[in-house]
Amino acid sequence: MREALDQWTFVIAAYAVTIAATLVLVGWSWLAMRAAERRRDAGRGK
Amino acid sequence: MHGFANPARFLRIARWLTPALVLSGLAMAAAALAWGLTGLPAERLQGDSVRILLVHVPTAWLGMAGWSAIALASLVELVWRHPLAAIAARAAAAPGAVFAALCLATGSLWGRPAWGTWWVWDGRLTSMLVLLFLYFGYIALAGAVDREDGSSRIPAIFGLVGAINIPIIHYSVIWWNSLHQPPSLSMGSSAMAAEFLIPLAASALGFSLLFGGVVLARMRAILADAQAEARLRRKALEA
Repeated sequence: MREALDQWTFVIAAYAVTIAATLVLVGWSWLAMRAAERRRDAGRGK
Repeated sequence: MHGFANPARFLRIARWLTPALVLSGLAMAAAALAWGLTGLPAERLQGDSVRILLVHVPTAWLGMAGWSAIALASLVELVWRHPLAAIAARAAAAPGAVFAALCLATGSLWGRPAWGTWWVWDGRLTSMLVLLFLYFGYIALAGAVDREDGSSRIPAIFGLVGAINIPIIHYSVIWWNSLHQPPSLSMGSSAMAAEFLIPLAASALGFSLLFGGVVLARMRAILADAQAEARLRRKALEA
């Protein structure tokens, strides 16, 4: 007999993986931008 | 259009637009996902797993939109030699790949309770997986060209050729028999009830704003690195 799947497990997993990956992407891109602009400005002597 | 090709003008706009897109996108996506978890009723046939569509559909749309942006920027680069076009194409690649991967992951998580399987080799799923591999190829190729000072026309041509996969993904559920349902949304019509359509639209808009903010942030990073490198080269030549 097949065991019924709890759909909420899949819902929570889908939301968790999407939120985590999106936050990592936003944070990574933002920090890379700030670091690159700091390097450029340091070279200008700002 | 060439007015926006000026990096100084682009930076003036991007400086305020980047945080505006990121913050509004975060707020709208968070509100839509909270709505999806707490405010949506279970659907008659799909049950609670219908809530997964609020993350699956926007990630699928952005996975395809990312490559469409690469193809459009590549065309602009090849035809008009727009100085920011190559930067825009490179900036769209990583977020596009992330959203294509998320589309596949959330699709699997939806498919297991709905279809009874994590994966099937049908037209829609396979063409989406091909899109993810195209992203990996583009990122590797653009990185190699930048490292070796090669011609930026090579990744641009790859970006244009790869765009053939976008209509294949879209029409795959019409052309071939598939477990994946046909499009629920088309121009001017919807097979979805308004109670699902409104939070889905909010989620798609929120993630799209975030995508725009991320692409702008990555363009600013690439541009700043290029400016710093150009200054170092000038100094080296003067010394």
